[in-house]
Amino acid sequence: MNLLSLTAVELGKKIKAGEVTAEEAVKASLAAIEGKEPQINGFVTVDGEHALERAAEVQKQIEEGTLAGPLAGVPLAVKDNLCTKGVLTTCSSKILNNFVPTYTAEAVQNLEKAGAIVIGKTNMDEFAMGSTTETSAYGVTRNPWNTGHVPGGSSGGSCAAVAAEEVSCALGSDTGGSIRQPSSFCGVTGIKPTYGTVSRYGLIAYGSSLDQIGPVAKDVTDCATVLEIISSHDKKDSTSVKREDTDFTTALVDDVKGLKIGIPRDYLGSGLDAEVKEAVLNASRVLEEKGAMVEEFDLSLVEYAISAYYVIAAAEASSNLERFDGVKYGYRAKDYEGLHDMYKKSRSQGFGAEVKRRIMLGSFVLSSGYYDAYYLKALRTKALIKQAFDKAFARYDVILGPVAPTTAPKLGESLCDPLKMYLGDIYTVSVNLAGLPGISLPCGLDSQGLPIGLQLIGDCFQEKKIIRAAFAYEQTRPYHHSPLAEQ
Amino acid sequence: MSKEYETVIGLEVHVELATKTKIFCSCSTAFGSAPNTHTCPVCTGMPGSLPVLNKKVVEYAMAVGVATNCQINQYSKFDRKNYFYPDNPQNYQISQLYLPICHDGIIEIETDMGSKTIGIHEIHMEEDAGKLVHDDWEEVSLVDYNRSGVPLIEIVSEPDMRSAEEVIAYLDKLRMIIQYLGASDCKMQEGSMRADVNLSVREKGAAEFGTRTEMKNIGSFKAIARAIEAETARQIDLLESGEKVVQETRRWNDEEGYSYAMRSKEDAQDYRYFPEPDLVPIVISDEWLQEIRDKQPELRDEKMKRYMEEFDLPEYDAKILTSVKKLADLFEQTTALCEKPKKVSNWLMGETMRLLKEHEMDAEELSFSPSNLAKIIAFTEDGTINGTVAKEVFEQVFTEDIDVAKYVEEHGLKTVNDEGALRETVAKVIADNPKSVEDYRNGKEKAIGFLVGQTMKAMKGKANPGMVNQILKEML
Repeated sequence: MNLLSLTAVELGKKIKAGEVTAEEAVKASLAAIEGKEPQINGFVTVDGEHALERAAEVQKQIEEGTLAGPLAGVPLAVKDNLCTKGVLTTCSSKILNNFVPTYTAEAVQNLEKAGAIVIGKTNMDEFAMGSTTETSAYGVTRNPWNTGHVPGGSSGGSCAAVAAEEVSCALGSDTGGSIRQPSSFCGVTGIKPTYGTVSRYGLIAYGSSLDQIGPVAKDVTDCATVLEIISSHDKKDSTSVKREDTDFTTALVDDVKGLKIGIPRDYLGSGLDAEVKEAVLNASRVLEEKGAMVEEFDLSLVEYAISAYYVIAAAEASSNLERFDGVKYGYRAKDYEGLHDMYKKSRSQGFGAEVKRRIMLGSFVLSSGYYDAYYLKALRTKALIKQAFDKAFARYDVILGPVAPTTAPKLGESLCDPLKMYLGDIYTVSVNLAGLPGISLPCGLDSQGLPIGLQLIGDCFQEKKIIRAAFAYEQTRPYHHSPLAEQ
Repeated sequence: MSKEYETVIGLEVHVELATKTKIFCSCSTAFGSAPNTHTCPVCTGMPGSLPVLNKKVVEYAMAVGVATNCQINQYSKFDRKNYFYPDNPQNYQISQLYLPICHDGIIEIETDMGSKTIGIHEIHMEEDAGKLVHDDWEEVSLVDYNRSGVPLIEIVSEPDMRSAEEVIAYLDKLRMIIQYLGASDCKMQEGSMRADVNLSVREKGAAEFGTRTEMKNIGSFKAIARAIEAETARQIDLLESGEKVVQETRRWNDEEGYSYAMRSKEDAQDYRYFPEPDLVPIVISDEWLQEIRDKQPELRDEKMKRYMEEFDLPEYDAKILTSVKKLADLFEQTTALCEKPKKVSNWLMGETMRLLKEHEMDAEELSFSPSNLAKIIAFTEDGTINGTVAKEVFEQVFTEDIDVAKYVEEHGLKTVNDEGALRETVAKVIADNPKSVEDYRNGKEKAIGFLVGQTMKAMKGKANPGMVNQILKEML
């Protein structure tokens, strides 16, 4: 039996039934990682020893009946921007090459309390800035469907690890599409929840007002299960929301009768790959056949989303990343004269090109004389985009569209043209600007055999609607294992 | 000097609030602990940590705003002020720029020139930085983050002051208000109150302000007065010699009596302020604001007025008693116990002040119990002890807060009212001092004073002086 071809929930059931032990599950994962990492490089750190110790503890608790949750004993991976006590946490940056936190991120702690076992930290674009996982200081991650292609980003390591079946599920973070886009490129499922649903405590910030942690897994059931566990009202995060409706697994119902789905015409225009468009529209027809009402509408303002997003995210990032200065932790340059030289050299050597580009962009838009023209205007645009969505959700339960204009590009193609790379975020960034939940799930393969993703967007706090629609669609097609998963 | 000049001064006053915990985490604000013992991931700027606002900080800021007649912004926000320095662990300070909690207030000050209104531009909340410790032996600096995240309010005045005297009166008034509110102890020497002085000069009658300089973190009222005098003279000298005042930040060296330029406006940092995304806006409901208004304690001016009306105290007494909250508290508590306000006032303004001076202490440090002072007053009133003994006992109360009744009993300090014993002693004194007796009989009234003194001395100070006087006169 290949434990890793199972979903997390299926594996959890077997562990609970005593057919498999937590240690066996962890060992299977470690073996898969050992076999596949040379081709994928989805992990920055694998903590096998600690994971096996945890597995023994968890197994004992399962047998004693004190741990009974659906993920008890299930090994999983977390993105390397989530702090893990005693385990190296790098954000895939050289500047944090020696940073070992003294605390664990709230979302990870929630998973551990439920008995899940963190087996390692996944690779990402440096500080989550990028769409390809090529900006990591620890090497590029490759797409398990075709290792000549990128896995997407920034949660590329988490998505590749799930698609390659090194682990059954993982945590990612999504600031402008960083869970949904790599999920789409890797043929897996990922959810970006409503802003405030999952505590950001312990998530190393990129764009604080946009960042959310979310699950990546093979199917909607796993994603809903993980999301239900990681959601919590956390007093340590002032932007955390107190919600009573986080029983997301109750929405795993194969029924979309009467569900009103809108497709923004703006999402189907020029720039969208024809094969992607066809797959997405096919998916909408499937939902229509199952009883949903589907129609196209004009969302508007889509053309401004990218600019607003890059201004706001870069502005916040330029400030969030100031603490990495070589003083307290992390990388410090070897030779320097005085404080300012130390700052300058540590940061110049410690950050990669894309991070520096965004720090400069962010510092520029916040500088006096430009603040009103860029930052304030971007905030106003953000408010207008939220209004446009409010209007849309007055008519529709769910908005359907593509996740990205294309399937996964070849390695090395994107970084030489950053503007083109930024434009690839066109269908995902609005969701973050408006704080909405979004899900990405596979809806086909293109002629190169690369996965295509379908995006379903809900109104704030309406995760259940998109989970139900996604679950219903998922029932109509089998899960496609990536070529590397089958190895 | 051919022209007449006017000095224009505005102040930025930082006050450390008296909360038990820091502004954005639950670490203690206690002063003087071992370095980095009151720290956590939040106040050391660890990656992934997030700030959570301390409600008490907002309440203190509101209370100070209400007491200084400010408008309270019921929707207020925090902003980030970005600058790199190792005492600032995140390399940004969480402060308020765009929507500070209070704005447009006024306070009244009194100087020899009369009373004057000083405008408060705004009051905002922010976090303090850590402290750099420079090692004398090695080429290193160390950082102590115990102060990092201690809550501050910054009170920004309008440029309404025209002299050092007005500045001191303003600071004194502000300090008094804040101490009365219990929002801070406002100790300049410990840094819980710090002032930046913005100063410019202009020709008298000119409509426009001159170019200003800013002097940062001056350590005492006296130093502030000296810095103002010196900076005014420096700017006038520049203008008189046809030069221009440069807009810059200057550091005042009080020992040398000289300020030197730190940085000019050209090198002024761009702080790239923007709204703090990790905190939600502070929304103050009408009810919350009313609650703070209802809870406002009686401030000095009202208290002074009440002391004069309710306790019939002279203005002079009321002024001194209310000059330090601790003193006013002692006055009220003692008066409540013994119901002799003027007597209590005399003890506090006389002996207490004398002993404070002798021990080089501040009135804030007074630690005796009101009940003990009340007891001394009651004992002198009913003649249990006489005035001399009372002063002796009070010294013990002042330093060690001893139990008065017990002390008087144990040391046998009760006044001797036994007429037989007194007569016996007086007779002996008369017999031993024939010269003085003769002087008195010859009309030297003063001589009786000496005889009273001798009797008291013989009775070890415990005799009832009224009775001694009476018996002496009778026997002579």
